[in-house]
Amino acid sequence: MFKFKHELIEKNATLLLVGSLLVVTIGGIVEIAPLFYLENTIEKVVGMRPYTPLELKGREIYMREGCYNCHSQMIRPLRDEVERYGHYSLAAESMYDHPFQWGSKRTGPDLARVGGRYSDEWHVDHLKDPKALVPETVMPKYAFLSETPLDYSLIEKTLKANWWVGVPYTEEQMANAKIDLETQAELDGDEIDGFEERYQKASARVWDNNPDMISEMDALVAYLQMLGTLVDFDLYDASANKR
Amino acid sequence: MSIYSIIFLVLITMCGLVGAAFAVDSVFAFHSWLTVAVSLAFLFWGIRNYTTEPADQSRYMDGVVRWGIIATIFWGIVGFLVGIVIATELAFPEVNLFKEMNFGRLRPLHTSAVIFAFCGNALIASSFYVVQRTTSARLALGNLAWFVFWGYQFFIVLAATSYVLGSTQAKEYAEPEWYIDIWLTIVWVAYLIVFMGTLFKRKEPHIFVANWFYLAFIVTVAMLHVVNNLAVPVSFFGVKSYSLFSGVQDALTQWWYGHNAVGFFLTAGFLGIMYYFVPKRANRPIYSYRLSIVHFWSLIFLYIWAGPHHLHYTALPDWAQTLGMVFSIMLWMPSWGGMINGLMTLQGAWDKIRTDPIIKMFVLSLAFYGMGTFEGPLMAIKEVNSLSHYTDWTIGHVHSAALGWNGMVTFAMIYYLVPKLWGKKEIYSLKWVNVHFWLATVGIVFYISAMWVSGIMQGVMWKTYNAAGFLEYSFAETVAAMFPYYVIRTTGGILFLLGALVMAYNVYRTITMTKEEEANIQTVPETQAAA
Repeated sequence: MFKFKHELIEKNATLLLVGSLLVVTIGGIVEIAPLFYLENTIEKVVGMRPYTPLELKGREIYMREGCYNCHSQMIRPLRDEVERYGHYSLAAESMYDHPFQWGSKRTGPDLARVGGRYSDEWHVDHLKDPKALVPETVMPKYAFLSETPLDYSLIEKTLKANWWVGVPYTEEQMANAKIDLETQAELDGDEIDGFEERYQKASARVWDNNPDMISEMDALVAYLQMLGTLVDFDLYDASANKR
Repeated sequence: MSIYSIIFLVLITMCGLVGAAFAVDSVFAFHSWLTVAVSLAFLFWGIRNYTTEPADQSRYMDGVVRWGIIATIFWGIVGFLVGIVIATELAFPEVNLFKEMNFGRLRPLHTSAVIFAFCGNALIASSFYVVQRTTSARLALGNLAWFVFWGYQFFIVLAATSYVLGSTQAKEYAEPEWYIDIWLTIVWVAYLIVFMGTLFKRKEPHIFVANWFYLAFIVTVAMLHVVNNLAVPVSFFGVKSYSLFSGVQDALTQWWYGHNAVGFFLTAGFLGIMYYFVPKRANRPIYSYRLSIVHFWSLIFLYIWAGPHHLHYTALPDWAQTLGMVFSIMLWMPSWGGMINGLMTLQGAWDKIRTDPIIKMFVLSLAFYGMGTFEGPLMAIKEVNSLSHYTDWTIGHVHSAALGWNGMVTFAMIYYLVPKLWGKKEIYSLKWVNVHFWLATVGIVFYISAMWVSGIMQGVMWKTYNAAGFLEYSFAETVAAMFPYYVIRTTGGILFLLGALVMAYNVYRTITMTKEEEANIQTVPETQAAA
């Protein structure tokens, strides 16, 4: 009986194609689809907000240079990791990350909570010449970021694309994208109140020590300095978010 | 070239011109002009060779396979070379000379070159060869197979140039941006159509086992590629896009894709190679037909579930992690089913391991396949993974399987296929095949043992506490400890590349071999009848 049945498939290319496709779809449907509707997949937290325009551009540079090849952004709930890097990462903390940047390799340390750990000057100096600050490092130099002006000509469209894929940017945030970017890099100081209202816990300053130009370094440092700083862990209830 | 091909190329040229005219960034403009240049070149060639005569209908279409084999060798050497460059960068960071050459931009170039360019060409070329031989039919739909070949090379060039110029989706093994993804989808659907079309016109009633694996590989890769690359572009005339999924959902979609790039690209497709070429070269039937049926269906069913083992202890919900772990362990069995079926095919011909270096390569590749598919489930156990994850152990695991299984089986296939495709009785030098075998084997051993030691050491150092209860090592100290192993790893890679260069030379001499030389080459002695 069994032999007869399989012969049927062996002699019919369409059956083989359809059969294979059906068999390979099952695993994905069972594992991935529930993540979109099970409510406990993403924890309830206080403090998460979408990236500011400058942080978003910084994140683009992070991806462009392939930082994810050597740095993870995912602290596992293991004793040594929590002591080295801070509170373990929550799914909520990357809910606006298109795509996610959890990484898979730590040639360098985890960066999920690097925000606020070092000064802006440290980051700029380190990115320009990592060996000068960390003699053991194998990280490449990124000095060119300081000399490259940030191209933010498409910033409104960038926020809009994020809105399309589900990031809850408001009409106001999208309309003010360019002003907010320039405000956060201190090119334009007049709109600071509006900016701070639109983005909680975001700070505006000259990030790379050069007030004359908004460079790619400004954007990258602004991004690094906010990583892992948004969620208020004093208000986080771990037991209520067991999954 | 037919009138349809010419119309298609004119359309592509026009798309390129429109793209170039409205491009909002330099990479998009560059790729648009590249599209124009390439399609005009083909158009020029096509019009010069325009003919209304019916296409050559001789029994098999082997030209595209010959080109595919040459492309496989070429991209293999490129991929290995870039691998050596980035391995050197990790040992000596001064080698990161300028931004286009930085590790972060070259690493995707290395992985794409070896997985998609080297292995991809090996799969396309071998599947075109195998499907014709096992169906006694010529490739379906005329020159569509040539479109698959050249379209795929163009995809590789677009992807490779985009990484070094700084355009990427930043999803591992799915780095190409949205427009390159669309192009690959078109090429891949054409590939599926050619393959299915050839199966439809087969003259044999049964579809041979190798074709099941090829078909499952083609159709599953299509599904994975489309779903994982869903994205919204910032502008239709720019490279940048934002992926449809975010955070935890994106992570599991990505590793559902990433793990099954391994499962279907590097496993199912390569089992297709194994199921045709090992029995052919050994001149023996497949050991167990029943085993091939059972392990085919169980392999393709189970593989899809294993993705979450890349996300152990992350913010992925525990139920998904556990499911991924359980299925990964179960996957051990169908994987070894394939290894056993391959190795036992040599039953009654074991002496060939001594007398035929090509069989020796096939056997070693199966041994590495067995090792890799045992190590994989082991590392998918959460407790083991808590140590191995984020370390070089993963890199060692990948390379023992990729160099040992995919590399070796491809080399052996090339040595078998080149004389057949160019009408020679045997490869130019079996002695040099043996040299290649040992260069590659020693290279792999250097590579994987260095990565095991560095990976486990790094994992342990991160977790070491001193007597006072504090972490013993700073992160920088663990980086410094890696140095000697990174040098050993680079040495292993150089040996592996040397082996591939020996192969390229051997293949070149085979193709250009004169009748006189052919009369004097060494061949494998006939096997004694099984006792």
